[in-house]
Amino acid sequence: MDQRGGFTRGGVVRGLKAALAITLGLSPFGLVVGMTADGVGLSLAETLLMSGLVFAGTAQLVALQLWSDPAPILAASLACLVINLRLAPMGAALAPMLDRTRGLRLWGTLALLVDNAFALAIADMRAGRRDAGFLLGAAFGMWLNWMAMVALGHVFGAALRLPAGHPVFFASSAAVLALLVQLWRGRGDLQPWIAAGGIALAAQGLGLGAPWPVLAGAFAGAALGAWQDRRRRA
Amino acid sequence: MTLRPDVLAAILGMALASYLCRAGGYAILRVIRPPPFVQAMLQHLPGCIFVAFLAPALAGMGWPAVAAGAAVLLVQVRFGRLVLSILAGVGALWLLRLAGLG
Repeated sequence: MDQRGGFTRGGVVRGLKAALAITLGLSPFGLVVGMTADGVGLSLAETLLMSGLVFAGTAQLVALQLWSDPAPILAASLACLVINLRLAPMGAALAPMLDRTRGLRLWGTLALLVDNAFALAIADMRAGRRDAGFLLGAAFGMWLNWMAMVALGHVFGAALRLPAGHPVFFASSAAVLALLVQLWRGRGDLQPWIAAGGIALAAQGLGLGAPWPVLAGAFAGAALGAWQDRRRRA
Repeated sequence: MTLRPDVLAAILGMALASYLCRAGGYAILRVIRPPPFVQAMLQHLPGCIFVAFLAPALAGMGWPAVAAGAAVLLVQVRFGRLVLSILAGVGALWLLRLAGLG
């Protein structure tokens, strides 16, 4: 374990490399967001500023879907708050990796937190390392790819004309699925995961919109896992 | 290269809301040391978040997507290469669609 404040340049480089490995899974989503932003009339500068500062694909897509003239300041902000709520427990779960970092390194790294970087960071943490630099590297690598793809989507979106259900867009789900395999720790995960998926499906079936199926499923599964841990120890 | 003030305000609002989510969970944890049960939950959250995220998404895309998802899992378990797994998933879905299924 690293002792120098838990944030190393080596970690940043390892994170960047890890992000590079799933470029393929990240790129289509950026293209879609760029194309959508172009479609609702945002300029390239506005699109890049939004993507650089917000850096959250699903939230941006939802906000762009309710875009209007003048821009829906409150509705777009609320969409981001609600849809990105799932990132809050992720930051909490990364505490062992972040606890020995402070200041700009800590709060700046958190500014780039995204799902895929979170998955890579948890896998790295479980491999016994506690280097917040890894999280920053992975997240920053994804941010660079994101900006490039959003720009491509905005400039060439009209020419590409990929329909919404095109198999290429399955790549982002596929990337998360593949990362899930890396998060698997053993049989003890099976029941919490089934509960998480089942509750999320049930919540969606009840007509609840994002982020409630995700949050309900995640917390139900995690609570079951914690309860089982406690029973095993007792 | 235009940047309208109302669009800028919306973007800043979106950015602030997103940052509150990203930093908020950790900030709260840093102030309040959670009880052991909550700490145990945090250990289980990562996998559960992604399962809870994927299950409704795949179900909404129909069974060819579920089958393609299974292909991703199998390839990832067998070979452990993310690029290969992603290609397998996209390829499987593409083939299923090509065969007129779904």
